[in-house]
Amino acid sequence: MNTPAVPACVSRGSLIEARGIYKSFGQTPALRGANLTVRQGEIFAIMGPSGSGKSTLLHCLAGIFTPDQGDALFDGQIVNAMSEADRTKLRRTAFGFVFQFGQLVPELTAADNVALPLLLNRTKRKVAYKTADTWLDKLGVGDKGGRRTGELSGGEAQRVAVARALALAPKVIFADEPTGSLDSLTGEKVMDLLTDLAREQGATVVIVTHDARVAAYAERVATVRDGIVFSVDLPGVPASPALAKGAS
Amino acid sequence: MSVPLTLLGLLEREPSHGYDLKRDYDTFFGRGKQLPFGQVYATLGRLARDGKAVAGDAEPGEGPDRKRYAITDAGRHEVDAWLAEPVEPEPHLQTVLFAKVTLALMLGKPASAYLDTQRAAHIRRMQELTELKRTGPLVDVLLADHALYHLEADLRWIDLTSARLADLAEAVTNR
Repeated sequence: MNTPAVPACVSRGSLIEARGIYKSFGQTPALRGANLTVRQGEIFAIMGPSGSGKSTLLHCLAGIFTPDQGDALFDGQIVNAMSEADRTKLRRTAFGFVFQFGQLVPELTAADNVALPLLLNRTKRKVAYKTADTWLDKLGVGDKGGRRTGELSGGEAQRVAVARALALAPKVIFADEPTGSLDSLTGEKVMDLLTDLAREQGATVVIVTHDARVAAYAERVATVRDGIVFSVDLPGVPASPALAKGAS
Repeated sequence: MSVPLTLLGLLEREPSHGYDLKRDYDTFFGRGKQLPFGQVYATLGRLARDGKAVAGDAEPGEGPDRKRYAITDAGRHEVDAWLAEPVEPEPHLQTVLFAKVTLALMLGKPASAYLDTQRAAHIRRMQELTELKRTGPLVDVLLADHALYHLEADLRWIDLTSARLADLAEAVTNR
């Protein structure tokens, strides 16, 4: 991986930063100078109504979208300055993803789905499937390893998605509405497992949600309104890099 | 929380001494605030007077009151009726916060900032309750769930009100 540019000032203890990110889709602005700092090992929630820009922010932080202006940083590296190949490698090795509808491959078994990212990272097949079994067990779906994910219930599928994200031992888990398609009790169980196991692994978790009960699992919460991030610790004040450092 | 009806409900399980009732009340319903013995015995006395419970003969032993109380049919009916009656929905937050927001708009003060502060307080409380759920017994989880859903509803109202502030300001200042 090529060494990308390192900004002059990196906030101490921060693993992820958004610095003045602007992103538009056509004529529609989604982010209008979003700033954010997420510390190593913390669970951080980004709340906001539909269309507020919170998912766009997550996608920029995860290197899926490239900001029109501003920077997304991971571990001091400017993600948007990396080559596409390096960004892909970063996503594959350091990031785990949990989306609202799991985004599993329905034709593959649960074990295949969990093992797949490991196989893509050239983990030996036997090791990948053993790791997959271990994580499916931890998520309480060890008996579903041989089932196609298209045949699983929503809650089971989401547990498989969490197992898939954690099996890579990622530094960061990005979760976009991870319980959005689940009933309350199932959603709570998924959140309990996601946060407990992430803490156990020392992973940082960034959760995007419109659900305050999900956000309440986080140690810190920010809200996004009209493409600008507001810290809940400093109500009414748009977050800036300096404020984000101060708040942390 | 209605102490007399809760004690009466506990009596419906089985005839009990005041001491046992207090212990179970404190365990399941006290939430850190113990029921004084005096209140237990005074309540049992009133329930007996009103024919909802009957006291057995005094039993030998230490303590202020060694009578065993049993629920009567009238008491059972009372508990049944109480359980079946819906609790009055209390939009407590809206009445206070509604007044604050409306006044702030009338006075040209920063209603949006007040709502942000309220939102932060709500989220902090939800974080505390979520942590309580992670570590507490199931009875506490149940209570925390109740509080969390109410706080969530309040938050939705806060968010909606924040989105409507401009229209609300017009409505309350153009009268």
